[in-house]
Amino acid sequence: MKLELRGITKRFPGVVANDNVNLALNTGEVLSLIGENGAGKSTLMSVLYGMYKPDEGDILIDGSPQVFTSPADAIAAGIGMVHQHFMLVPVFTVAENVVLGVEPTGALGRLHIDEARRMVREISDKYSLDLDPDAVIEDLPVGVQQRVEIVKVLLRDAKVVVFDEPTAVLTPSEIIEFFEIVKTLVSAGRGVVFITHKLKEALKIADRIAVLRRGKVVGEVDPKAASESQIAEMMVGRPVKLTVDKDTASVGDVVLKVSDLTVLDADGRTHVESVSFDVRAGEIVGVAGVQGNGQTELVEALTGLRKAAGGTISLDGKDLTHSNPRERHQMGMAHIPEDRQRQGLVGGLSVAENLVLTRYHDDQFSHGVIVDWDAADAIADTLISEYDIRTPSKETGVGTLSGGNQQKVIVARELSRDLRLTIAAQPTRGVDVGSIEYIHSRIVKERDSGTAVLIVSTELEEVMALSDRLLVMYRGRVVAELDPKKVTPMEVGLYMAGSRPDGAVVA
Amino acid sequence: MSIAVDTTAPLLSLEQKKRARNVGFSLVFLGLVSAFLLAGRPGNAGFKLVDSYTVFLPAQPFARALAVALVALGAIQLFRGFGKWTNVVLAIATGTFVIAFLTWAASGGSFSLTGMLQDTVTRSVPITLGAIAGILCERSGVINIAIEGQLLGGAFAGAVLGSLYGPWVGIVGAMAMGVGLSAILAVFAIRFRVDQVIVGFAINFFSLGLTSFLAQRVLTPHPEYNIVKPFTPYAVPLLSKIPVIGVVLFTQTLFVYVSILAVVVSTWFLYRTRWGLRTRAIGEYPQAAGTLGVDVIKLRYRNVWIAGAVAGLGGAWWPLGTVGRFDQNITNGRGFIALAAVIFGRWHPVGALTAALVFGLSEAIQLKMSNLDTGIPSEFLLMAPYIVTLIVVAGFVGRSRAPKAAGQAYDASK
Repeated sequence: MKLELRGITKRFPGVVANDNVNLALNTGEVLSLIGENGAGKSTLMSVLYGMYKPDEGDILIDGSPQVFTSPADAIAAGIGMVHQHFMLVPVFTVAENVVLGVEPTGALGRLHIDEARRMVREISDKYSLDLDPDAVIEDLPVGVQQRVEIVKVLLRDAKVVVFDEPTAVLTPSEIIEFFEIVKTLVSAGRGVVFITHKLKEALKIADRIAVLRRGKVVGEVDPKAASESQIAEMMVGRPVKLTVDKDTASVGDVVLKVSDLTVLDADGRTHVESVSFDVRAGEIVGVAGVQGNGQTELVEALTGLRKAAGGTISLDGKDLTHSNPRERHQMGMAHIPEDRQRQGLVGGLSVAENLVLTRYHDDQFSHGVIVDWDAADAIADTLISEYDIRTPSKETGVGTLSGGNQQKVIVARELSRDLRLTIAAQPTRGVDVGSIEYIHSRIVKERDSGTAVLIVSTELEEVMALSDRLLVMYRGRVVAELDPKKVTPMEVGLYMAGSRPDGAVVA
Repeated sequence: MSIAVDTTAPLLSLEQKKRARNVGFSLVFLGLVSAFLLAGRPGNAGFKLVDSYTVFLPAQPFARALAVALVALGAIQLFRGFGKWTNVVLAIATGTFVIAFLTWAASGGSFSLTGMLQDTVTRSVPITLGAIAGILCERSGVINIAIEGQLLGGAFAGAVLGSLYGPWVGIVGAMAMGVGLSAILAVFAIRFRVDQVIVGFAINFFSLGLTSFLAQRVLTPHPEYNIVKPFTPYAVPLLSKIPVIGVVLFTQTLFVYVSILAVVVSTWFLYRTRWGLRTRAIGEYPQAAGTLGVDVIKLRYRNVWIAGAVAGLGGAWWPLGTVGRFDQNITNGRGFIALAAVIFGRWHPVGALTAALVFGLSEAIQLKMSNLDTGIPSEFLLMAPYIVTLIVVAGFVGRSRAPKAAGQAYDASK
């Protein structure tokens, strides 16, 4: 089957998400679609999957134009999609999820669940996916959940399988397993579209790479003949530096000291268990780990957003275990939170207002209860130019800016003062390649000025590149302290998955 | 190379511990009530089972023995815990406590226990049907606060149409009225994505206002529109001859049989059919169903309509199953009790039936108490079903898990 997108244009109020996009995919081929966040990858795939109607252009299968008005049409035409956020009902079993929508039934719509189990087992065996049809989704690791998604697609006999950012949630070894599955699919004569923003992975698995920028296909490259920096330049539209430049750290005294910290959630479940570590002045300590292993709760406890159930946190020798966020902030702690929409910014307020959100009460910005907006505006102008925040004006609602520029607003606010400790969680999540470069350099600069820096990121490459010391969290504990220069991502990945390079199980 | 990640290791749950402690204290509390309040009246209590046979229980010794047992169970629960048997122990303890309470109330006299249980089953009907209406909606992701309004609308339509054209037409009319009211909920909640709780409340007040207005303006001057011949109890051949059970379960009106049938049918459909699988899917994660080609919007509409019909039938119980007429606000909050039964029953029809029986029992006891001379003010007795609701929902259910997408409008493009 040959799939072709011809002249696809999709407009939303104010933006052209896809602008005359042409793509083709043959059977037995992996096409990687690469581009920054907001380049139009997901919109294009939603058009292909019948979720959006294109304003112009055609979808052709073996040369004949198709009209998809719903995912059901796309599925019927042989297109399958594995979404970035898995489309699995958490309380259902594997078999129930797989057959949803194409249930084998008898009289009165009675479900033949045994038949469903058999179907899952058959496909699972054929592609060696090793799935238990009776396992409940919410009990399964994400790597296995992804295999369930793949079975769903295969059961519907998809000739073209679209993977949207499939590796974002996987550990390094799961990524290797995933690539094996992709190869099996391709050798079975199916076409694969692999959407990603990770250059290395695209180069590794794709037969062809199509680069999307601002809704347009800016070029197709042959992975055998292209380099990472070439593709990055096509994505961003200018040359970008992909490595982090930093000198050896000149380490000072202990700034942050965490001893025996335990953090529970509202239901009393333990998320951080007896964690102890230090961060010294002038060094970057990274925390690696698969999402959901206590990193979020650790950061919330350190910044005062969540109560510690046990243990102590001290900054420059002063105990702040029970201090509120503002007190911690005034002691020289900066926090770049992992979720911009919920924690770092107030979307409805302007850029200027967000820039003084942590200090509008300082004498500099207020006279008694009255805020001095002139002073706030003045500092906003300075920060906007210093941190290169691309905004129509300082009065613009911060929620309308791009992810990268929103993150720059937070970075500008948090780093533009004298600091002792910077805590940055997922500092580049959803941020474009150009801004990543900038944010990384700011963080390194902060370190070089003698601040202690703690970076928490689920992007393994990022933490490894930035950190001087690397901690790995697994199920709420720090299971390893490593020197990022002396370990490989594979080794770190083993710790992240709860085992050790020598095969033993951690904790 | 493969890595085994153990995801099944238990995480310590403070919630469960707290609940275990609360159950322990409750048992001790019931024991103390038993010792100090219920053991205060001497004499035997007679419970009439059948016309020729009455069981007599000595009130004081019974209450004292129960007090000792309850305190002991509470202590065991506090120090060791019954683990997975906690709910069973709690159910038996509460049941025995209710018997002790009745013994206390009836000491020196007697009343028909069988009659009370028959009343329990009868009174659980509108709560059961209302709760099934709630479950059908919430399982598909639409919160139905409007059960009360749907019951009331059903009662009104059942009374008027029943008076004019006979009880069968009354039932059909009540169900149609329920569908009409639920269609309002459906359009606002599904199509216009309005906050479902607010729409539900609006429907409740609309229904109360409309039926009260019509009752005053139309039914008062025309009493002939408000006099129905209700369904009479039907004794199931053979089964109704079983002592006690025959009267309690098999000498009932059509409504009791239909509501039990509704529980069985809705359970089977929810858990054994394609419709059920899809319904539960769109209540948990509609995007998952949507991306597999299931028409989420259509299915939600259909389920909300069916729910309306079930609730309307529940409303018809008042005129056609009991009093034979409509009065202003005749449902008197039963729709909200049904909502509590949905939660207490953990969104499962059988659980909802159990909850409805508990509420039905508390209503039946309240009725009996007002006939016996217990010294408890009748106003207090009227509160009893609602107090039971509060205790049950707040204290003993633990945290039950609602369908995840309940209350969220579905947007296919997200």
